[in-house]
Amino acid sequence: MRKTPLLRGAAVTAAALLVLAACSTDDSVDDPAPDAGSDPTTSESTAEEPPADTEWFVQADYDEQDAQRSATFEGDPATPWLQYIDGAMTDTSKYATQESQKVCFANASISNPWRQTGFITMNQQLQALQDSKVISDMEVRDAQDDDNTQIADIDYFIAEGNCDVFIISPNSTAAMTPAVERACETGKPVIVFDRGVNTDCYTTFIHPIGGYAWGIDTANFLSENLEEGDKVIALRILPGVDVLETRWAAADKIFAENGIEAVDYFTGADPTKIKQIISDELVKGDVAGIWMDAGDGAVAAIEAFEDAGVDYPVMTGEDEMSFLRKWEETGLTGLAPVYSNFQWRTPLLAVEMIAAGEPIPAEWVLPQTPITEDERADYLAANEGMPDGHYAKFGGEDLPGFPEAWQDR
Amino acid sequence: MSTQLAAHQRGFAGRVLAAVLTPGGAVYVLAAALLIATIQANPNFGDPGVIMLFLGRTAPIAIAAIGQYYVIVSGEFDLSMGAVIGTQVVLAGNLIGEDPDRIVPVTLLMLLVGAAVGFANGVLTTLLRVPSFIVTLGMMLALGGLVSYVTGGAATGNPVDEFREVGRGRFENVPVVEFLPYPLLILIVLAIAAVWLMRRPFGRNLLAVGDNPESAERSGSSLWWLKTRAFMLSSLAASVSGILLVGYAGVHPSVGDGYEFTAITAVVLGGVLLGGGRGWVLSAAVGAIALELLFTLLTVQEVESTWRDTVQGVIIIVAVAVAARGWQAGRRPRRSDTRTPSTRIPTPISTNQPSQGTNTGDN
Repeated sequence: MRKTPLLRGAAVTAAALLVLAACSTDDSVDDPAPDAGSDPTTSESTAEEPPADTEWFVQADYDEQDAQRSATFEGDPATPWLQYIDGAMTDTSKYATQESQKVCFANASISNPWRQTGFITMNQQLQALQDSKVISDMEVRDAQDDDNTQIADIDYFIAEGNCDVFIISPNSTAAMTPAVERACETGKPVIVFDRGVNTDCYTTFIHPIGGYAWGIDTANFLSENLEEGDKVIALRILPGVDVLETRWAAADKIFAENGIEAVDYFTGADPTKIKQIISDELVKGDVAGIWMDAGDGAVAAIEAFEDAGVDYPVMTGEDEMSFLRKWEETGLTGLAPVYSNFQWRTPLLAVEMIAAGEPIPAEWVLPQTPITEDERADYLAANEGMPDGHYAKFGGEDLPGFPEAWQDR
Repeated sequence: MSTQLAAHQRGFAGRVLAAVLTPGGAVYVLAAALLIATIQANPNFGDPGVIMLFLGRTAPIAIAAIGQYYVIVSGEFDLSMGAVIGTQVVLAGNLIGEDPDRIVPVTLLMLLVGAAVGFANGVLTTLLRVPSFIVTLGMMLALGGLVSYVTGGAATGNPVDEFREVGRGRFENVPVVEFLPYPLLILIVLAIAAVWLMRRPFGRNLLAVGDNPESAERSGSSLWWLKTRAFMLSSLAASVSGILLVGYAGVHPSVGDGYEFTAITAVVLGGVLLGGGRGWVLSAAVGAIALELLFTLLTVQEVESTWRDTVQGVIIIVAVAVAARGWQAGRRPRRSDTRTPSTRIPTPISTNQPSQGTNTGDN
């Protein structure tokens, strides 16, 4: 259809108005900013109120882990992966056997350096136990961070795996509980480690003290080294994983109690995001401290301070080599909390004890001690030549293949 | 380009006004407005050093946007960009490691990989006639799978500092702006090259192909090679972004995640018409800067970063809607010039001589 000149003129005007409206539309994009901005502040203020139990904060668990930080551990401190806090034991005499065991391991993933390091240690421990004929074979299924995949993996093991022992490193707590219960119903030993499940049908549940202990150690360190009113940026990997959420829940509580202003961001461990977040925060104002729920990306965070040309923050990272090295190089005030990577050895050693019919702790709580500045040099020396993604407290120095197995990955 | 005819009739002020009224021009105003708003919200952002740091870190995104521009303006999409960046980042981390002697060969290899990915995208799209949306989506998944196979999804160590210097380093003691980050310098060089390229026959044919593939083909340009080169430029731009990002931030498989959408958003925000044929390459780069400024403004306003994706989604939709109409507004004067005879004549004829009204046909 052809338009008359008048109509055409009107169309042009309307189109021009639409272009102009583009600018005003952008204004309306900006507009939500102040409104949306009020949301985090309100949620922050509720978070600062006296702690009621929430999904990720249970006061009783917090208190328990707080106490466990100074608990005495049974066993030889030279082999911390075999140490445990005295408590209920599981009688495994019914499982005693001379046969080599076939182990089935349902792994959540190896999608971060911590899990990759641990998985290497586990495989080297496996080699040692295969040499001593305790274990014949370990079949591994990797769920690649997916609950459904891991449920299918566990069900496959139950139906087809011909397994003598199940080892499960759950991807998530609630979703994996029924599958773990099904594994228990087979009557064979079930070993759960790292993240937990909501059942105690397992033979043993192996884990370091936990996320609250991490949060308490780190937040106390930052609070002691900072003044009231100082700002701390909390860099968090991802939401919804209990061992990470509890780290932040505990730290957030302590920061609030000590008058430290803490702002948290999710980074996915992406160094680009981390650098951008810190750069913007440094422009907005002074940042006195960095808190991390995992050390992955710590170097990018420190580099952001270098790029901006300001003083280094007080910082807590992790016992990942990249952080330990950068920490030493920069001389910043720091602490390397540890989520004991050597726990990846323990499940296979538990298989050995179960096959021997020895009693094992029903809940096997491993030591979890941060690396301080005084200890740093020793750990750097002990792990010389290891890649940046290696974890200082991997605990595999006495295993076959050390150090090449951890160096070539 | 579309405003040129109208522009020559209006003088300089008129040309600027006409340009600003098109979506490709409006983005400059938008970027300036966002910069002023950000500085107003927090005056620290007005510091030259801070602006330079901002431009330095935005350069990889702007370079990706320039790459994406070639593909979009030719009427296609490149969704594989982020995966290409991730691949290059991991290549740099794994192959260079701590050995400075490997920097040159590995960089050449990375550019070769980039060109090869673009070539594959182009050939599959043009010769096998698989829609580029599907081809590059497939490429994205294939490369993503490769990266997670190689890395297991976790970071390897950073390559030597010499390699990272290009993304992290800067010229110090530059007057007025304090210092000049290398990535910004590379962006400027690539932007100048892009403007030059778009004025060459290649650029003009690319626009023509995006506007009307059939007529462009009849006029003698080889469609497949034209578009394939656009895809190669896109993948190469992603490779350069990857190299800069390794320097800026370091190695992690998640580096580059979502860059394809950031680049597309930037291009669209720069007023480039989805579907091709219309848009300016510099506007695409400025679109990237405007987008990052908007995100910075949201950060300054304490908006939670989780809103980022939502904002980006809204921008894509709004910008596409506005751009589609905006370019029509830009075109209108030219159309009226050429059509005046044919549109005006029928009216008087049909009123004065009704018998001939049927002969004019298409009313």
